[in-house]
Amino acid sequence: MTTKIDKTGPVGTPSPAPENIKAIPVRHYGRWISAVVAIAVLAMLVYAFAKGDVNWAAIPDYFFDGEVLKGVRNTIWITILSMVLGVALGIVLAVMRLSKNPVTSSIAWGYIWFFRGTPVYVQLLVWFNLGLVFKYINIMPIYKDEWSDFMTPFLAALLGLGLNEAAYMAEICRAGIQSVDEGQTEAAQALGMSHAKTLRRVVLPQAMRVIVPPTGNEFINMLKTTSLVIAVQYWDLLQATSEVGQNSGATAEMLFLAAAWYLILTSVLSVGQYYLERYYARGTSRNLPTTPLQRIRVNLLSGSNRQGGVSA
Amino acid sequence: MNAMVKAEGVHKSFGAVQVLKGIDLEVAPREVFCLIGPSGSGKSTFLRCINHLEKINSGRLYVDGDLVGYRQKGDKLFELKDREVAAKRRDIGMVFQRFNLFPHMTALENVIEAPVQVKRETKAVARERARKLLDRVGLADKAGNYPSQLSGGQQQRVAIARALAMEPKLMLFDEPTSALDPELVGDVLDVMRGLAEDGMTMIVVTHEMGFAREVGDSVVFMDDGVVVESGLPREVLTNPQHERTKSFLSKVL
Repeated sequence: MTTKIDKTGPVGTPSPAPENIKAIPVRHYGRWISAVVAIAVLAMLVYAFAKGDVNWAAIPDYFFDGEVLKGVRNTIWITILSMVLGVALGIVLAVMRLSKNPVTSSIAWGYIWFFRGTPVYVQLLVWFNLGLVFKYINIMPIYKDEWSDFMTPFLAALLGLGLNEAAYMAEICRAGIQSVDEGQTEAAQALGMSHAKTLRRVVLPQAMRVIVPPTGNEFINMLKTTSLVIAVQYWDLLQATSEVGQNSGATAEMLFLAAAWYLILTSVLSVGQYYLERYYARGTSRNLPTTPLQRIRVNLLSGSNRQGGVSA
Repeated sequence: MNAMVKAEGVHKSFGAVQVLKGIDLEVAPREVFCLIGPSGSGKSTFLRCINHLEKINSGRLYVDGDLVGYRQKGDKLFELKDREVAAKRRDIGMVFQRFNLFPHMTALENVIEAPVQVKRETKAVARERARKLLDRVGLADKAGNYPSQLSGGQQQRVAIARALAMEPKLMLFDEPTSALDPELVGDVLDVMRGLAEDGMTMIVVTHEMGFAREVGDSVVFMDDGVVVESGLPREVLTNPQHERTKSFLSKVL
């Protein structure tokens, strides 16, 4: 940290540029073989699919079909809402778990134990079928309705995915908060900051660096997990494509279509995650990694320099 | 009660380990008070008790005439609420061995954080004083840098500026130069010397005997949780009376 790097290079009389070493490089035969094998396997796969009875034309035909697009919208919508519910509840649970109150921390522990310990598919089904044990929902002064009217596929999907996600987010947030050095809390308190202010101004911003990357992963995972809401008859992307597939007779083709849409959505999310992580890394790494745009620019510039041969 | 800090029979234990075994001392306003002694002797713990980062187990500790962490009514003690403890800490600046700057804020943001968030100063006012403080510690040109872009000595000077931004009446230094490369120690000590000349009350836990001798008004040698010897720096450091002080000084000087 303290050494000063001499950027000016060796001083004194400029010595003539040394001659570059010319040597015969090592031949990596293994690399050639593995590349050939990999390409061959890939070609066989492509050939198999090309020979298969796939009606490729059906995919572009239905790509922007109204029902499919509705499914895409619903998938995005349920992903976002479930994540919002999961993150909000997860932060509350994490703070509860870290609190000194043994009752709240035990309740948070129990919640996480239950929702992490059972499959999300089962939880979705449970929410959907709770009508078998509850005939009415009765939140005394506010709301009263028949359960089957109350628990729509949308609500079952949201609760099933969101409450499950909260358990995972709680653990991610807790790890993030605990990763912040104790000296930070001490410094903030020595300056006279309250507990709440210390958490909000000092601890959480630093915890974000640890929380954001796994949360991005959770978001991408959630997008894919939403395909399970077919269990509660919510009209998501997979439900839509299966329906269209059955009606048009192109079942397998519609599944490829669904896969393509999922890939597009997750790719978009990955890009967003990259920039979010970069934002929260400020102050930690001395030099932020370049964005792809910056990299392209640098490559273009250095490309023109490289023709000059040996650079100093 | 004129003392800035007054300790009467201060005890502190962590579990079964007794770290402070009855500390009695007084620090006068404008005094530079140096605490020396081997590691594990309780110097840092005592310092942390003064702004209630650690709770003492028995005895009494006063800052500027007020009991630390408690309120006395009759012969009963009441614990202060978190908010009240925080309010007391505003007047006591603390500098840590490992700087503890907020890494997600620039040097300037570090310095204005507490005035803006705690004292509710406007950003413009806080910023102006922060620039002056950064200038005073010789880092006017580093205002926009993040702590990771600064050397250890620069970070520690920002930390001092951050503590000064709250305009404290007492500054606590917990081995402020122990984590620094030798060549960077001087800059930090220069800043502290300047503070002492301006009349700041300072309690300094340090291994820099040169600093204690030149700048200190009094020196206390602690060992194993007790004050072994105290007095003028010249006397304690050059002519120690106690065996333990002698053997410690012979090792560090």
